[in-house]
Amino acid sequence: MRGLPPVTTPQRRGDAVAAPARRIPWSRAALVSWADRQAGAVLVLPAILVILVLSIFPLLFSLYLSLSRFQPVSGGFRIHFVGLLNYRKLFLGSEREHFLGRLGESGLIGWLAFVVLAAIGLVLLWRSLRTGPLNIFRLAGHSVVALASLLALWLAVRTIVASGGRPGTLVVTWVYVFGGVALQFLVGLLLASLCAQQLPGRRFFRVVFLLPMMITPVGVAYTFRMLTDTGKGPFAPIAHWLGYANVSWVNDPWGARVAVMIGDLWQWTPFMFIVLLAALESQSPEPIEAAIVDGANRWQIFWHITVPQIAPVASTVILIRLIEAFKIFDMPNVLTGGGPGTATESLTLHAYVLWRSLDYGTSAAVAYSLLFVVTFVGIAYVRLVHRRLTEAL
Amino acid sequence: MTRVLSRRHFLGTVVAAGSALLAACRREQATPTVPAARTPAAGLQFEGVEVNVITFTGPQIAEPLQRRAPDFQKLTGAKINVITVPFADLYQKILTDFTTGTNSYHVIVFAPQWMADYVEPGYLEDLTPRIEADPALQWDDIAPFFRNFSATYGGKIYTIPLDGDFQMVYYRTDLLEAEGLKPPETWEDYLAIAQHFHGKDLNGDGVPDFGSGIAKRRGAQSYWMFWSIAASFLQSQGTQQGAFFDVDTLEPLTNNEAFARALEIYKETGKYGPPDELNWDVGDSRAAFVTGRCALTLDWGDIGTLAIDPEQSKVKDKVGAIILPGTKEVLDRKTGKLVTCDANTCPHAINGVNHAPYAAFGGWSGAINKNAPAKVKDAGYAFLSYMSQPAQANVDVTIGKTGFNPYRISQFENIDLWVKAGMSEAAARNYLGAIKESLNSPNMVLDLRIPGAQRYQGVVLDTVLSRYLAGELTTKQAMEELTRGWNEITNELGRDQQKQAYRSSLSIR
Repeated sequence: MRGLPPVTTPQRRGDAVAAPARRIPWSRAALVSWADRQAGAVLVLPAILVILVLSIFPLLFSLYLSLSRFQPVSGGFRIHFVGLLNYRKLFLGSEREHFLGRLGESGLIGWLAFVVLAAIGLVLLWRSLRTGPLNIFRLAGHSVVALASLLALWLAVRTIVASGGRPGTLVVTWVYVFGGVALQFLVGLLLASLCAQQLPGRRFFRVVFLLPMMITPVGVAYTFRMLTDTGKGPFAPIAHWLGYANVSWVNDPWGARVAVMIGDLWQWTPFMFIVLLAALESQSPEPIEAAIVDGANRWQIFWHITVPQIAPVASTVILIRLIEAFKIFDMPNVLTGGGPGTATESLTLHAYVLWRSLDYGTSAAVAYSLLFVVTFVGIAYVRLVHRRLTEAL
Repeated sequence: MTRVLSRRHFLGTVVAAGSALLAACRREQATPTVPAARTPAAGLQFEGVEVNVITFTGPQIAEPLQRRAPDFQKLTGAKINVITVPFADLYQKILTDFTTGTNSYHVIVFAPQWMADYVEPGYLEDLTPRIEADPALQWDDIAPFFRNFSATYGGKIYTIPLDGDFQMVYYRTDLLEAEGLKPPETWEDYLAIAQHFHGKDLNGDGVPDFGSGIAKRRGAQSYWMFWSIAASFLQSQGTQQGAFFDVDTLEPLTNNEAFARALEIYKETGKYGPPDELNWDVGDSRAAFVTGRCALTLDWGDIGTLAIDPEQSKVKDKVGAIILPGTKEVLDRKTGKLVTCDANTCPHAINGVNHAPYAAFGGWSGAINKNAPAKVKDAGYAFLSYMSQPAQANVDVTIGKTGFNPYRISQFENIDLWVKAGMSEAAARNYLGAIKESLNSPNMVLDLRIPGAQRYQGVVLDTVLSRYLAGELTTKQAMEELTRGWNEITNELGRDQQKQAYRSSLSIR
């Protein structure tokens, strides 16, 4: 407007920073310095745009989709807004049993399990609360986590332990996530500890233990589908010899879930293994040597020196796997097709089953419920566990 | 010498690459199908035209399309790309492609019972004028049922049948004869025969085999097998009575004594089946039957032709086919109870047994995307017509691995065709007789062909059946859940429209 020449060429911008302001008109200097300050934003802008387009927009759109109903009509499709109808279907309507499961009559054992687990959870929370200064936010945060955990525990007990109960896709996913990740961590730690010893052949086994992670999950799932086939699979003669030829473990709900978890364990333990191995090998030797001199036994060294040293890394790797495990799909989809019944169906598979019949609304509602659960578990884990472990160092 | 890439260079390269990519994408969208017109060298009719055909991951159905595509290209110049996707994804893949306007599929080979969802929004080309002007197709040679039900919707022809579908029961003639048993007439007979042979070695390999083998895997084609059992319990007054809903209220016929009995029979077949039957797809059940591992099975026409396949069959000329077994007790729709068959309750009964042959699926059929470019549509039509013409089809239906079953009158009449393919004359007459008997039955059950059919059957029914078999639901719970699920879809899509669609699919005015 003021007839100024363009001033945003890179050379001039460089000059403007170095040159005193009085040599050029004030307004130009201001413009240049403004442009300079915006340079960061301008450079970041493409990345932000990409994220907006590829991540935030679909996120918001799928939120809208979860509140609507999709219908193909002449010349395209129509999306009706239906409010919370899809969520109502999941939590109260026809999808409830599929999503939440069927509540059974929890007898004495059920209640006992609930009380014991709840007590353990509450004690842990109480200990976590006492470690920091007590304020309203921490109290509120801990209360929400306590309430949600109790609710989740109640649902899990009423659908898994209680007689007549059936876990829905939500609880089955928890089983895969918490059970699966715990197992993967333990086996990964065991293998890492072995490979950290000066044993012959450890280099070879390091590579071998890593291989499963490189294989495509669908391939692993097909392999396990073959292995678990007691009728025609490679272990069929053994099953036959043992008298189990007419028993199919993927026909039993828990057998099938265990099969899925074994496949997942085989595939993802290497990830735990490699990270934990790196942590084990990078711990400083001095405290261990000192402990040996002091006469500590192996278990004491492991528990009091190694565990605290690898805790931050272990916690991070668990967090990554927790978030990742919620999205389990290939294994139940290929291995069992979600069956028998819906016994092995995870939340992602549930969303997929709905999606492929064009019920996009309910599918998005399942996906959003999953997002909520993952976010909640992730944040709670970081706040209550991860931070303590990493800060303890 | 190392050259450091300056930021400006880098950005320039990225921008250039990005715009090139965008341009490429745009170009691809603008002309999705026909590559730049090559000069018609030999003057072939469709030189340079490419047609994308989608169907399910075979080997069945996809095999004949893939095998005959090069011959068709030699004849017409059109290149046929056969794209395959898993069965459970097929419905959605096609509909997504059409609704989003991507239109990358020009010809679809699909289940005609999904037609309502594709025809109503106007995605499919009306083939009536083309068929009228195509004597080579020999339209009148196609059995009337497939012409009228599988191909026609609202008075217009939208598909060309490539396959004829009826479910039947297959049995081992050698085993039944040796034991002096008759083929099953009722489902109770089926169970008794299955029980009789279960655990015995049926193919001489020293390993105990199974009385029955039925594909029951979820997310596959299993729910049709169940309805084959349920059909005779639910429908007894002729085709127009319908076997899915009450035609006046559209209330599902899924919560009554008859349905409970059908569920129980379905579950009981599992007692005499392989241990991992819940994981069996039709591929598994067919392989098991033709390798002699099962005494009975329930399937489409494929078993008949697979049994003569020298590569895998161990039961050549030992296979009998019969119309679906029936029942002596049928549903009384007023009371929801089972009543004994008599002249009023089962007017079409044979020897007191109500049979209701189920035209499950309706037979794989080809249709054309209305929004494909004109030349591609022409080439696509020519390909479908070529596949269905007797010169090709009458060979394909006799080959087991094609998945195509007889649907033309000439295929039923011409026994030589089957003898040439390797069937004994007796076996051919028995096989074709069972299909013909099903086809001519006045109490034939038409498959569900209303909007959302895939959701009613492929999602709700499939899930409930699989949960029922796995013991997650009792019979009562399964019926309640199925009824609730179906009513929910009906209410969502509009009860009146759905009722109208159902009535018109049964030709009720």
